[in-house]
Amino acid sequence: MIELSQIKKAFNQGQPNEYWALNGIDLTLEAGKVTAFRGPSGSGKTTLLTLVGCLSRPTSGRVRFKGQDISGLPERFLTEIRRQSFGFIFQQFNLIKGLTALENVILPGFPTGRPRAELITAAEEIFEQLKLSHRRTAKVEWLSGGEQQRVAIARALINNPEVIIADEPTANLDTALSREFMAILEGFTAEGKTVLLTSHDPLVVESDAVHRVIGMRMAVWSTTKKPCFSSQQSSPY
Amino acid sequence: MNVWLEKQRHLIDFTLASLARRKTKNLGLLLAYAVLVFVLASLALFTQALRTEASFVLAGSPEVILQRMVAGRHDLIPPGYIEKIGRIRGVQKQEGRLWGYYYDPVVNANYTFMARPADEVASGSIMVGATLARARGLAAGNVISFRSYSGKLFAFKVSAVLSPDAELLSADLVLLSEADFRAFFEYPAGHYTDIALSVANPQEVRKVAEKLSTTLPDSRPILREEVLRTYQSVFDWREGIMLTVLAGAILAFAILSWEKASGLSAEEKREIGILKAIGWETSDVIRMKMWEGLLISLTAFLLGFIAAYVHVFYFGAAVFEPVLKGWAVLYPRFALVPTVDGLQIATLFFFTIFPYTAAVLVPIWRAAITDPDSVMRA
Repeated sequence: MIELSQIKKAFNQGQPNEYWALNGIDLTLEAGKVTAFRGPSGSGKTTLLTLVGCLSRPTSGRVRFKGQDISGLPERFLTEIRRQSFGFIFQQFNLIKGLTALENVILPGFPTGRPRAELITAAEEIFEQLKLSHRRTAKVEWLSGGEQQRVAIARALINNPEVIIADEPTANLDTALSREFMAILEGFTAEGKTVLLTSHDPLVVESDAVHRVIGMRMAVWSTTKKPCFSSQQSSPY
Repeated sequence: MNVWLEKQRHLIDFTLASLARRKTKNLGLLLAYAVLVFVLASLALFTQALRTEASFVLAGSPEVILQRMVAGRHDLIPPGYIEKIGRIRGVQKQEGRLWGYYYDPVVNANYTFMARPADEVASGSIMVGATLARARGLAAGNVISFRSYSGKLFAFKVSAVLSPDAELLSADLVLLSEADFRAFFEYPAGHYTDIALSVANPQEVRKVAEKLSTTLPDSRPILREEVLRTYQSVFDWREGIMLTVLAGAILAFAILSWEKASGLSAEEKREIGILKAIGWETSDVIRMKMWEGLLISLTAFLLGFIAAYVHVFYFGAAVFEPVLKGWAVLYPRFALVPTVDGLQIATLFFFTIFPYTAAVLVPIWRAAITDPDSVMRA
């Protein structure tokens, strides 16, 4: 479903503080599976997710989504693909304060021009699934960490994307809430959605909900109980 | 089309919610901006109304007034001048006028005395301007006495108070008969203050003025359009003075509005990043902020303009009245006829809405083109 070939990503290119976050990644990600990227801070996990999720473009190399090369597309087309095909769950949740849970959830639907009533119905169904209906009119800053995360999940689902991208989804959650999140993940795969997440939380990467773990380091390395795939990344140093 | 409309509706919904979320900032901005529009619109409306009032009043005045000059100063018209004018083609009617100034020590004010034909004002009676009547507490039927410059006391019966419709020009006016005028000021017989001329064809007014200058080389023709232009200049000048006096305050408000409008808080930048990451296009973000700017600036414009309209036409521009009407002991009291000039509104609209939109747009555009992946790195 998603193919990466010879992906490199540099920040501050040409400047004294130039930094290569990814340096030659070759990877194929299957549809309908949960793939976890594991590795220490600075290993390029988040950068990889931003490239796959059309949030940024690689410095070199190709990203193919369902056979289409998306690495060179102009921003407008990338946004269109991102809106239709990807749902994001951010580490800090990134909800908009001052708005209610419901208002936050329907935000990604605005640029699609779907009628408000239709968006609200869809949001309420998702709230129902996530057992959050009772909090839908509460402002997001009044919600607990777990509730905020479920709002972020609902927002990621509102446009019914094929791929869910979650960056360190359990970093701000306690064990119980992390388990709850993994249960929700299983629901996604049951619906045929593809999930890509980054985590260094053993509870996540060792969970049965995760089908594949990719170790990310400056040198090729990985070890898990599952069939392991290491990113073929070479150190620039 | 429906999708486009629905999108705009969503953007406006979100904009309204955003405005409500930042109440303090937006209310402050709205207030500063509305005050700015209020000051500018009050000035513009008031001076425009005065100009209209002056044109309205002067519409009935003679096309040409002829004054005689001696050593560059205004002097009396000697006998025989009116007859000479009668021979100039194009002049429909000519009338010698008698008028002068009188200082009344009772109210420390100057009055304008003007002679009218006997069929209008009977001998021994006067008609007075509404402002003067108020200042001296006069009403029709009262008797008032003035001591002339020669020291003699003259008593007049007030036959009427002039209509307040033309109070702008008749505020300090005293109309009396020709005989009374000549007796009061000891005006030499056959002499006049100036001559009023009627010219039937407006196209001929300048030509008549040229002929007058040739026939009577020691005279100065004053055209109605010139008087009108002088009035306009006086009002423009006063508007200019007012603007200069208020320049500091206006600038302060303008800077405050600009600062508030153009400064994007870290929270707003973060929100723009989130919106982009969840699928909003750069153009959606800019459009949303445009709606925000438009809603604020239009509301402020309407509030400021309506407040200015009420201030000028219902409260007589109480704030700017002393400067704009002029300095005088006898202030004319008159209700301005509400006149709104489309071009004036358009100019004001352009100079208030446009800079605001520009102020909003540049920082928004900068924030909106940042890469959406910044949200993942926050």
